[in-house]
Amino acid sequence: MSAEAMTLFSPELAARLDALVERYPARRSALIPMLLYAQDEVGYLSDAVIDEVARRIGITPLDVRNVATYYSMLRFQPAGKFNVQVCTNISCMLRGGYKIFDRFQERLGIGHKGVTADGLFSLEEVECIGACCWAPAIQVNYDFHDELTEEQVDAILAQYRSQNAGGR
Amino acid sequence: MRTTPKSSLFEAGQPNVDEKSECMADVTFTVDGKKLTAPAGTLLIEACRKAGIEIPAFCYYPGLSLQAACRMCVVRQEKVPKLQTACTTPVAEGQVFITESAEIAQARKATLQLLLGNHPLDCPVCDAGGECELQDMTFKYGAGESLYVEAKQHREEQKWSPVVYFDRPRCILCYRCVRMCGEGMDVWALGIQNRGVTAVIAPNGGDHLDCEQCGMCIDVCPVGALTSGTYRYKSRPWEMNHVSTVCTHCADGCKVTLGVRSANDGMEIVRADNRDKSGINGDFLCAKGRFGFDFVESAERLTQPLVRNAAGVLEPTTWEKAIKHVGQRFGAILHEHGAGSIGVIGSTRTTNEENYLLQKFARTVLRTQHIDHERTGDYATFHGLLAGSKERAASHRDIAAAPAILLLGGNPTEEHPLLAWSLRTNVRLHQARLYVANSKAIRLERQAAHSLHFSEDGYDALVRRLSGDGAALADVTGAGAFCDALGAEESLVVVCGAEFRGASLAALMRWGLSRPGVKFALLSDSVNARGAADMGLYPDLLPGYLPLAGEQPLHDALAGMPTTSGKDATAMLEAAAGGGLQGLLVVGADPFAAHGVTEGALKNAFVVVQDCFLTRTAAEADVVLPTASLYEKTGTVTNCYGDVQMVRKAADKAGVKSDFEILVRMAGAMGVDVRTLVPFGEFQGVRADMGQTRGAQAGEADRHAVWLAANGLEPKLSPFDPFAILDEMERLVQGYALDRLNLFAGNESSTEPGTGFVSIDALLQRKDGVVATHPGLFDSGLLSERTGALQAIGKYQAAQAAQAAD
Amino acid sequence: MPRLVSHPDEVKIVTSRFGKGAAKIDTYLELGGYASARKALAEGAEWIINEMKASGLRGRGGAGFPTGMKWSFVPKQSAKPKYVLVNGDESEPGTCKDHLIFLHDPHAVIEGTIIAGLAIGAKMGFIYLRGEYRYLIQIVERAVAEAYERGFLGKSIFGSETEFEVIVQTGAGAYEVGEESALMESLEGKRGVPRIKPPFPAVVGLYGGPTVINNAETIATVPHALAMGGAAYAAVGSERNGGTRLFGLSGHIERPGVYELPMGYSLRKMIYEVGGGVRGGRKLKAVVPGGSSTPVLLPEEIDIGMDFDQVGKAGSMLGSGGVVVIDDQTCMVEFALRTIKFYQHESCGWCIPCREGTDWLKKSLTRFHAGFGTEKDIDNIQYIAENMMGRTFCPLGDAAAMPTLGFVKKFRKEFEEHLHGKPCPYAHHPEVELV
Repeated sequence: MSAEAMTLFSPELAARLDALVERYPARRSALIPMLLYAQDEVGYLSDAVIDEVARRIGITPLDVRNVATYYSMLRFQPAGKFNVQVCTNISCMLRGGYKIFDRFQERLGIGHKGVTADGLFSLEEVECIGACCWAPAIQVNYDFHDELTEEQVDAILAQYRSQNAGGR
Repeated sequence: MRTTPKSSLFEAGQPNVDEKSECMADVTFTVDGKKLTAPAGTLLIEACRKAGIEIPAFCYYPGLSLQAACRMCVVRQEKVPKLQTACTTPVAEGQVFITESAEIAQARKATLQLLLGNHPLDCPVCDAGGECELQDMTFKYGAGESLYVEAKQHREEQKWSPVVYFDRPRCILCYRCVRMCGEGMDVWALGIQNRGVTAVIAPNGGDHLDCEQCGMCIDVCPVGALTSGTYRYKSRPWEMNHVSTVCTHCADGCKVTLGVRSANDGMEIVRADNRDKSGINGDFLCAKGRFGFDFVESAERLTQPLVRNAAGVLEPTTWEKAIKHVGQRFGAILHEHGAGSIGVIGSTRTTNEENYLLQKFARTVLRTQHIDHERTGDYATFHGLLAGSKERAASHRDIAAAPAILLLGGNPTEEHPLLAWSLRTNVRLHQARLYVANSKAIRLERQAAHSLHFSEDGYDALVRRLSGDGAALADVTGAGAFCDALGAEESLVVVCGAEFRGASLAALMRWGLSRPGVKFALLSDSVNARGAADMGLYPDLLPGYLPLAGEQPLHDALAGMPTTSGKDATAMLEAAAGGGLQGLLVVGADPFAAHGVTEGALKNAFVVVQDCFLTRTAAEADVVLPTASLYEKTGTVTNCYGDVQMVRKAADKAGVKSDFEILVRMAGAMGVDVRTLVPFGEFQGVRADMGQTRGAQAGEADRHAVWLAANGLEPKLSPFDPFAILDEMERLVQGYALDRLNLFAGNESSTEPGTGFVSIDALLQRKDGVVATHPGLFDSGLLSERTGALQAIGKYQAAQAAQAAD
Repeated sequence: MPRLVSHPDEVKIVTSRFGKGAAKIDTYLELGGYASARKALAEGAEWIINEMKASGLRGRGGAGFPTGMKWSFVPKQSAKPKYVLVNGDESEPGTCKDHLIFLHDPHAVIEGTIIAGLAIGAKMGFIYLRGEYRYLIQIVERAVAEAYERGFLGKSIFGSETEFEVIVQTGAGAYEVGEESALMESLEGKRGVPRIKPPFPAVVGLYGGPTVINNAETIATVPHALAMGGAAYAAVGSERNGGTRLFGLSGHIERPGVYELPMGYSLRKMIYEVGGGVRGGRKLKAVVPGGSSTPVLLPEEIDIGMDFDQVGKAGSMLGSGGVVVIDDQTCMVEFALRTIKFYQHESCGWCIPCREGTDWLKKSLTRFHAGFGTEKDIDNIQYIAENMMGRTFCPLGDAAAMPTLGFVKKFRKEFEEHLHGKPCPYAHHPEVELV
């Protein structure tokens, strides 16, 4: 298979995915991690990503889609560079999760699943992220921020803006 | 009954130890107070259905994997706290079930209410309206009042292919289509995407289907979510009559139900399916069977006889004039040139009765042995070898149930879709072991326990290897293991393609006949290719493969025929061009195209063509007689596995006549007493059937006439009644002692080769004359070329392939 | 960084190494780590299972099935490989205990996995974490790498002839995958739709082999229970409910956090003493005792011990130990709506009652809360929930229906207060839009 030669991914990721399929009793077990890691690098699951993953696992692109569309962390459109995920589930709601969400909407000027015009931020209202005892909590990409107040929203946005300016 | 995961089907190379362990001991259990008995492990839903207790279900579908998703089949099992799904409950000794109660009815009603919540309820315009499982269940469980007041989510209907449409809001997510496409067809073109209430059935092309276009997904859809491009919004189910007949496109002979409706010029076909899932094909139909019927309405269809006028142009005329003209010309040729001056080329698309009549007409009226047909399988050799053997010919059902099958050559997925389906199903549900040996890569290797590839000359080598020549195929990897595994099989059905004929076929069959438990089937290419051969459309073989000379009753019936072998099709065409033959009668065939006859080469011979369309041969004929297609006549056909099935007149086209009627009228015009051809009425001990055969009382003739008309039959009082000939065939043609009870009930009746054939050595001396046509999944030649739906599919598939190649 | 809390009533067993840097293997070893695994290796499967039975440890995922019993169901002989599968797909709203275990004591999970493997004769274990826990996955992966380096995992664990491999797997966002058979499907690279049972995982599980599936907290408890001795561990808890439990106090509570308390600990004391009472000194309106799927309890129903049996008797469930405290300023219709919104989002869609029922309930409650409800809606909501109960393919349908029934039955008056176009009597959130 010339998949490696024709990969969409960085050499590091391609090597990681090569190893991934070999570590399970069945190749297909690599599917979900592979999709997630590919998304981490490419930003979303484009048709080309799906085709390459299908080739790597040895299943049809349809089959990859059947699985990928099941999982809520996987997306098929680009998100912002920093994807802000605000939990509003019960424990967070009781401690102001919606207020945090409102503040982000207001500051970013976008709603649920929106992306800012500069592509820097996207916003999502998400289900429980397992930080109930430190509510309200959000995740920006994979980073947790917990026990938040509305007032901290600006600081969080500033932190990521400067991180971006820092060239990361 | 439980389906096993695919991966566990085969432990490579291991002989099947426990094949029959499926036959579990019977257990007794109680359902609704009745004691029932079934093999342990039978699914409750199946055990109940067999006992006449219907448990409703959307997702359960016999033969497909279990889902337990629709929750309609819930039943109460004694000592179990929750309601159980009957589709996943294996029966065991002493269990007690209740399948209908207030509690169960409420559970089912609530499920329906939930389903109907977001359902569009567009039943008045839905194709499925009137034959919808959701409607039926709602009717039964009375989910009549709507509790749902939220806005419904509408989605536009999607066209997934020329023949498959998807209406998402109607879909109840039973996953039957997904499983049928994947497990049943091995195509895996449908998936389930998203989750929860946004879950949706999705095609593999994103917004379109890249598949075999078989339409099985439409067939299994319990509601109107998947609809057919050829049927949608055309009719209501109750407007149609449903006529059970046989598909006209390939040699597998699937049973098909045609939905017909009155039209200006007769009866039109609006739908084809296998409505009651009966017959050799059960659930199955391919694209040709399901969508390939509109050739009957083709604008190219001939509806008037044509006679070449003085100016040399084919001119429409009346049937009377045309028949009279043919009678006079054939009579004159016979008078002038005597026996053997006219050749006959018959059809592989007409009925057995027509072919029997054609050879009888040729042999006794035209007094010729120049008889042939377009041979696509060497059935003469096949029968010659089977002479005197019992139970060595495999019917389709034999193949579908065989524990081991050797498929040599052929490409069933493309050319014999039913065979492919049956092999897949047999492997999947009964763990049959399939052996595939082919010079090309074929799809069925995916189901094969063992497959073997070799070059085109490998077939004979394989037979030599099987017959003990260890040096044969020595350079082919896996040949040894393949042959060893085959050798270990105690019973085997050998299915071979047109690669096997003459000496090759003989060698293969001699190997098989030397072992116990081996049966054979030989593939061929059109709906009645086998029947044409069986009915003696050969220059040297009579019906039932009897020699021309002999003292059997058949010889008496054909008294007066020439006793030396005639010319085959090639020789006939040459002779007709060279002045050696003065007349040629071509029925449902296009020899000019098949043999590449140069234009005008036969202008000195009198050529009569009977066909539905103006073929190349017809265009050069002197007389063209427009005929009824197989969907417009009654009779029997024989598929390539020797299964005889009844075809019934479904459609009707003004202006055309069956080949049967045309031949009888032709004979009449030649001054023949047609009773000598067709024993209708009181003749030679055969009496008109006034209802005796179905136990009608005296004086019920009128009522019997009504029954006959309703079934498209005639009372054998007419010279055009094919069943009068069927009587004669059954008496005189070897192997055609048919089981009429089954045949008339719409089932197949398998033929068993007889004895007294031409010796195999003599047969092997002659040219087998086989030219395989290799029809495709959407192609059956003349008919598919004139079927709008199949042309549209063909174009669509070509575009898909072109896109994939980019 | 999640804040650690402490209270004198706590009995720190599973949490004993929290905050001590035990994610590093040297620290873990200093704190007595991997001793139980070594002992289990020496003593053998029968001993492990007997000790586990004696410990009275019951599954911490929510169903409370006795762990020792579960392990004993795995057939000794099997043609196919056996597997241990650790369920760290912690997703039940109100629950974040496994979060802390993976953060502070990942080696305990690895050690427990090894012990489970020894008990059933498996050579491979999987630790499946929800995809959102990426930073925890990295911590666990590091810990696994350390264990391999030390020879605690691999072809010959602890220098023995026994092989045991551990693979850390990530999910990608699906609550339903917490159901054990859906978890196996997901690990096999498929949609997280549950399997038909029987066969049960102990007989036909991952890749068709016998499989034991335990919650991460259960597995992390195992080394401690063996170190203490089964009987000693059992003695900590209440009758038929061995040991301690990680209770997550959240919502309107003064001192939210994860507390390790003996099974059977009083719910009232948990709220008013351990958690410091309702936030801001407000009045208690209701408590969700074990994660969002468990039926709500009223203030007069909290004088119970928190174990599987006592909470069950009170008409709810101990569930995942996520105690969500609700004060008197809260709109219970909105709370019901937010609860069902979750289950609607997470329903896998496989079966009709769950797929259609959760969506219908969400739509009705959304409209109802927005002030467009009718008297009949309240009955309809109850009717739909009642007709989902016990009828779905997997427990998710029940998880959605049970709390809904609780809210409608116990707070019908609050539903009625939303009728006739009156605005929500509580400050509600307009962004819970009419769909």
